[in-house]
Amino acid sequence: MNVLVCVKRVPATAGQITLTADAQDIDTRYLGFTISPHEECAVEEAVRMIEAHGGSTTVLTLGPEAATDQLRDAMALGIERAILLQSDGREWDPVATASAIVEAIEAEGAAGRSYDLVLFGNESADSAGYQVGVRVADALDLPCATGIKAIELSDGRATVRRQTESGWESAELALPAVVTVKEGLNLPRYPSLPGRLKAKKKEVERITPQWRDGGLEKVRLKLPVQAEHTVEILGKNGDAGAQLVEVFQRLRLL
Amino acid sequence: MVLAFIEHVAGAPTMLSLEVLTMANRLAGEMGTQLEAIAIGPNAAAATGILSSYGVSTLHVADDGRLADYAPAAWAHAIAELVREVDPDVVIGTASDRGGEVMAHVATRMKLPMAANCTEIAPGDPFTVIRQRWGGSLLEEAHLKGTIKLLTLAPHALTAAASPSRTEVTTHAFSPALDDKDFRVRLQPQVEVDTGKISLAQARVVVGGGRGVGSAEGFAALEELAGLLGGAVGCSRAVTSLGWRPHSDQVGQTGTRIAPDLYIACGISGAIQHMVGCRAAKHILAINTDAGAPIVAQADYAVIGDVQKVLAAVNAEVRRVKAGEPSRSPA
Repeated sequence: MNVLVCVKRVPATAGQITLTADAQDIDTRYLGFTISPHEECAVEEAVRMIEAHGGSTTVLTLGPEAATDQLRDAMALGIERAILLQSDGREWDPVATASAIVEAIEAEGAAGRSYDLVLFGNESADSAGYQVGVRVADALDLPCATGIKAIELSDGRATVRRQTESGWESAELALPAVVTVKEGLNLPRYPSLPGRLKAKKKEVERITPQWRDGGLEKVRLKLPVQAEHTVEILGKNGDAGAQLVEVFQRLRLL
Repeated sequence: MVLAFIEHVAGAPTMLSLEVLTMANRLAGEMGTQLEAIAIGPNAAAATGILSSYGVSTLHVADDGRLADYAPAAWAHAIAELVREVDPDVVIGTASDRGGEVMAHVATRMKLPMAANCTEIAPGDPFTVIRQRWGGSLLEEAHLKGTIKLLTLAPHALTAAASPSRTEVTTHAFSPALDDKDFRVRLQPQVEVDTGKISLAQARVVVGGGRGVGSAEGFAALEELAGLLGGAVGCSRAVTSLGWRPHSDQVGQTGTRIAPDLYIACGISGAIQHMVGCRAAKHILAINTDAGAPIVAQADYAVIGDVQKVLAAVNAEVRRVKAGEPSRSPA
């Protein structure tokens, strides 16, 4: 069982987003970076699959040199190999991102490394194109399921489940396949200290793909307009019980 | 021509599809062209009655029994084939799980770019869209290229509105040349056991807890308040990561989007990823030790203090009122 996990380095935003002066990016001067949340679960799932079924795991990202931090985070959790598709700081739209990943997977295949399962996040936390996994699957002519919150492997097949408004739906995929996952798939482990130390020493393979105009061009970013709004402070600690009951009654909840 | 991809249940378009039709109708008007729609699945042709109130001139129905199941690649194949035949200027679908997935497959089949989760569309050259990033906490203005513009509409970017005049809707059934390969992935609904629990997405009251609740056991007070008010318990991503609550309780960008009359956020700081999940709440009540927490600034009501102390007092008061005793008058 060979699993490839594709992840993205995204800023760890908190209370509010601030933009750079040219409105082209989030101002990340005071922010850390992380693997996009859905993909953290993809990494965990890949490690669990190999623990259960044996095989190898590889993590891949398209990003700047600094994205090696996220590749090492994934290796600290148990992924064995890492590939950085080194970008040049430009915006890579979904078409450009998918083509770079497809070329990398094809190059892996040519080198005798084929994958039974390619995992993606359903969408990245930041640009949220909702399509890279599907594009990669279609380009490689692989079956694809998206938004998955449970995967079971047996006999060269994956049974996947996704949540709907009213419950769950499931599908069976013959491997090799592409699956895009959502947070909730599992609860990712924390990296161990030995895991971190080992990951630090590991090599990251580098490929420099060619940027291309995929047809979705970012012009500028902007923050949504927040409606003017005031907050009514109802009290402190234990003294607000009666005021809260009044609010519940006003809203007809009591 | 603008082509809208409609999702429906036995011919009744979903709410998000009515929003798509409203946007598509407006767009067709601005572009001086007509609006057509495509619907797939059982009883798709029954949608004509509703579509006539949204300016649709033709409803295309893919006629193949195998499309009764939801097979994303097959649905996309049918749409792509129609698109090649009728050559629309714009194809617009919902940003639901299905809508987004099918449109992405259409995009690869047509070798076209696609813009997901658009909130505004300005046709012309360049064709400009505003689309959501970060679950809607950030917006991107982008130029969408390609001979045919493919996009999905963000949920609730506008209010669905039928037009007062009705159109005559022609139904056009077509048989796409589907490949067995298109049916490699079929999603089948699973029978659900009704647990009788109020779902987070539908609850009128949600009592949400963050790290400030203190522990997994600390949620007992939130469970009690939710029970008293007939609501559901939710939580922040920090709480799920700590293993205090299951992910199914998580409110936010990567969890459930809620829309209650009142959201009671207990010990939750209000990170942007959490706020996009509760943006649709009519009222927010924040209970937090930190008066400067982002959630307090975005709340309608706030109590400054420790979650357990505040909830102990509130629960006692609600129990008293429910038992028919008079509420103690505010101090």
